[in-house]
Amino acid sequence: MAEVTMTVNGKSVSGTIEGRTLLADFLRTDLRLTGTHIGCDTSQCGACLVHVNGMAVKSCTMFAAEADGAEVVTIEGMANADGSLGVIQQAFQDHHGLQCGFCTPGMVMSAAALLKENPKPTEAEVREYLEGNICRCTGYHNIVKAILAASGQDVVLAAE
Amino acid sequence: MYAFDIEQPKTIAEAVAALASDEAQALGGGQTLIPTLKQRLASPETLISLTGISEMQGVCLSDRGELCVGGATTHAEVARMAAKSFPGLSGLAGHIGDPAVRNRGTVGGSLANNDPSACYPAAALGTGATIKTDRREISADDYFQGMFATDLQEGEIITEVRFPIPEVSNYQKFLQPASRFALVGVFVAKYPDGVRVAVTGASEDGVFRWTEAERALSASFEPASLEGLSIPADGMIGDIHGTPEYRAHLIGVMTRRAVAAAS
Ligand SMILES: Cc1cc2nc3c(=O)[nH]c(=O)nc-3n(C[C@H](O)[C@H](O)[C@H](O)COP(=O)(O)OP(=O)(O)OC[C@H]3O[C@@H](n4cnc5c(N)ncnc54)[C@H](O)[C@@H]3O)c2cc1C
Ligand code: FES
Ligand code: FES
Repeated sequence: MAEVTMTVNGKSVSGTIEGRTLLADFLRTDLRLTGTHIGCDTSQCGACLVHVNGMAVKSCTMFAAEADGAEVVTIEGMANADGSLGVIQQAFQDHHGLQCGFCTPGMVMSAAALLKENPKPTEAEVREYLEGNICRCTGYHNIVKAILAASGQDVVLAAE
Repeated sequence: MYAFDIEQPKTIAEAVAALASDEAQALGGGQTLIPTLKQRLASPETLISLTGISEMQGVCLSDRGELCVGGATTHAEVARMAAKSFPGLSGLAGHIGDPAVRNRGTVGGSLANNDPSACYPAAALGTGATIKTDRREISADDYFQGMFATDLQEGEIITEVRFPIPEVSNYQKFLQPASRFALVGVFVAKYPDGVRVAVTGASEDGVFRWTEAERALSASFEPASLEGLSIPADGMIGDIHGTPEYRAHLIGVMTRRAVAAAS
């Protein structure tokens, strides 16, 4: 057992963990931040995607011990300070970018990482960036539209 | 996963000392090792994380015209840092897996694992890279020893990889869309003294050099030089994604595309 301390969504948190404790499990079980989903648990689906020191990572494939001292942001950190939906979240709602919603936390976190790197991505760039995020419901078009809208661009898709 | 401890050394020397214990194993980005641990295919007592070692991070140019990449440098970092100096390598690193995998996975982990469908082995063999470890330097031609097999000894870690920068190069990957690894990948690199062609994803012996294509392209570096050349399907991987014949055919296609796209 070891102690870890990290900043999660702006708050300093600590906990006692095993070496094998995954970051996803620390977030979900110890911190009760259950917005981070575990879909595949094999680094394929991206439902568990969070930001660690500003970078998109799959929290099912990183140990909590490796995030000691890091800045972590999860889906719970994406709303505005007054609790209203953040720009990307609102765009997902406006463009019907979710159905069951299971993939949505990972999609939103991936979108946020993309827009930070590339504020005006093309449709093709959005699709390529989402390669590690799997959605079983939407067929992706509305997710791509939501992300283009969140970047302030037109939402006409070439692929439709 | 079985239980284990994690140690996070700050220097190569500390990591090597920690790895001297029988039951210790190196942890790079974990993108291969963590899934392996989850399946209980490995049971180390201690994982020695290499990602906090600053001497194993980053990309620089040597005065011998090599791109030197620290063994714990992520794919994302290589994609970014090599974009101008070595676009062929940057393109390869920037298309491994997906963005989140690239933010964690490291060059040392990829080469140590030597998955028969991995991308980096093609770049290392295709450039004749030098693999520097905590105890020696290994040339890529001696390093790869078949699927998942390398010349690394127990507890030996890759601290740096030196890729000689070619005049032009390119990597073409025929994507296996479910795993996002290469069904077949070909790295082509043109140097003043000749061309090297390395093929991943195809052979049951892992990454290999296509020497016949190297000779033809060294005489004239254009896709037409490859006309009439083919690789026998014997010894190629056959699985639900493609037959040996299909993979052998793809090698020719990917090599032509890589030559046409080389920059
Ligand atoms: C969804 C997904 C898609 C992927 N797609 C691709 C792809 O398209 N192409 C591709 O090439 N790869 C792909 N990968 C693999 C990825 O590149 C891994 O990051 C890489 O193979 C292993 O690197 P790592 O740093 O994560 O190593 P780890 O998983 O930490 O370790 C792998 C092995 O190497 C050892 N090791 C780690 N670092 C060192 C070192 N410096 N010296 C000696 N031994 C070391 C470990 O002990 C372990 O045995 C994919 C992975 C995932 C999860
Ligand atoms: S749960 Fe982590 S990638 Fe699917
Ligand atoms: S909305 Fe159901 S998985 Fe994406």
